[in-house]
Amino acid sequence: MSPTLEHTVRSYDDELNDLSQKIAEMGGLAEQNVADSVGALVGRDTDSAHRIIASDARIDQLQQQVEENAIQMIARRQPMAQDLREIMAAIHIANDLERVGDLAKNTAKRVIAIEGNFGAQRLVAGVEHIAELSLTQLKHVLDAFASRDLATALAVWERDDEIDAMYTSLFRELLTYMMEDPRNITFCTHLLFCAKNIERIGDHATNIAETVCYLITGKPLTDERPKKDTSSLTPVEFTETDE
Amino acid sequence: MNDAGKTPPKTAPPVPTVAAGRDGKSSAQKVAIRNLDFYYGASLALKSITVPLLQNRVTAFIGPSGCGKSTLLRVLNRMYDLYPNQRAEGEVLLDGENILSPHQDVNLLRSKVGMVFQKPTPFPMTIFDNIAFGIQLYERPARGELADRVEAALTKAALWDEVKDKLKASGLSLSGGQQQRLCIARTVAVEPEVVLLDEPASALDPISTSKIEELIDELKNEYTIAIVTHNMQQAARVSDYTAFMYLGELIEYGETNKIFTAPDDRRTQDYITGRFG
Repeated sequence: MSPTLEHTVRSYDDELNDLSQKIAEMGGLAEQNVADSVGALVGRDTDSAHRIIASDARIDQLQQQVEENAIQMIARRQPMAQDLREIMAAIHIANDLERVGDLAKNTAKRVIAIEGNFGAQRLVAGVEHIAELSLTQLKHVLDAFASRDLATALAVWERDDEIDAMYTSLFRELLTYMMEDPRNITFCTHLLFCAKNIERIGDHATNIAETVCYLITGKPLTDERPKKDTSSLTPVEFTETDE
Repeated sequence: MNDAGKTPPKTAPPVPTVAAGRDGKSSAQKVAIRNLDFYYGASLALKSITVPLLQNRVTAFIGPSGCGKSTLLRVLNRMYDLYPNQRAEGEVLLDGENILSPHQDVNLLRSKVGMVFQKPTPFPMTIFDNIAFGIQLYERPARGELADRVEAALTKAALWDEVKDKLKASGLSLSGGQQQRLCIARTVAVEPEVVLLDEPASALDPISTSKIEELIDELKNEYTIAIVTHNMQQAARVSDYTAFMYLGELIEYGETNKIFTAPDDRRTQDYITGRFG
């Protein structure tokens, strides 16, 4: 459904294209920072963590630019229909990507915080796995936005329950490690927060998928999405031991 | 196309389905335009138009110049009767009565369906007489009642406060925006049922335009309103329903909220976003 006709006023097209390009740049940076933050966690690489924290400023800056440009376009061009949806979508997606950047930054900060306190490498495997899924979701939804591809956006929207389910099982797994050996508690708590960050990145990917669907069809997605993150309902069982 | 016998058989276009207006209430069809064709001599200017005007709602007609929207408005009070070689085929039902019927009393029709034009058209007489003249065309009210009617009309048109101290001044002495509201007052003074506005604010400054738009909002409580406008933002602001016309055809009709955010037809989209080739 990408517009084949150009606006009579060509600078309008330039502005819309510029908005899309800024979103693409934000998306690339956010994706990179998420991948790097998980890499820093797995590889215990605090130098990389510092770089991620520094580079988040650029994402914030882009988000502000998208917002300013969008507001000016609304004021000056009174966008309608497809154009209006493009501009509103840019504002929403920029918001989501800015949050994704923040979540990656938060994971990077934890890598620095747990320096010297790293636990066994096997504890990190689950986080790495959920990160792969989240990153795939993010990548697909950014592709869906770039190519205005409804099917891909819908697929992302429907797949978020996998991340939720994985987060719930990871939550149980980390709890088990903590109960096994209290010396794991600090590290596992940090890991749990990292996993939560990554799970939220998946949520932002589905938000973006919803925005892309609205952008393409003009109709909001209304169906209730299946929820499989039940970690908030998961009881912690303390088994009394005689030792 | 000037030979009626060769007109291709018409398939009735689907009657647009109509949901509730902005206030959430549904509304009756005050005017039903059905399969309307209109000819200027041999050329077909309107092609099988089917569209309703809902009671107490504002319906906006948008489209590029020459698309037929003003022609459509001129059919609704049979303005075209004044010109030879212009004719309409099909049906325009006002409360179920076909106004295109040769038996239709055109003067009575024009008292029910009032019209305001792009350029203010005050008569060269006093402000009072501008309004009284219209009323006296149809009725013979007593002197006191006439004054009340004039005041009521000017009040409805949001002009009373500005002119109450100079009713004997010439209508031509008013500003453009005031003149236009004077014309609206003249139209509503005869207590019409439908008000047609053909580009009513295109010659006015933004403040006068806002006053006209505010007035349209007020007037729809009592009247059924159709407005033709080139200003898309204005159509979006004042109307409940929007009809997009192109080359004499009705391309899309629907709730204004939908037309301006997610129209169904590609041509509507291209037009309202400024992509027309």
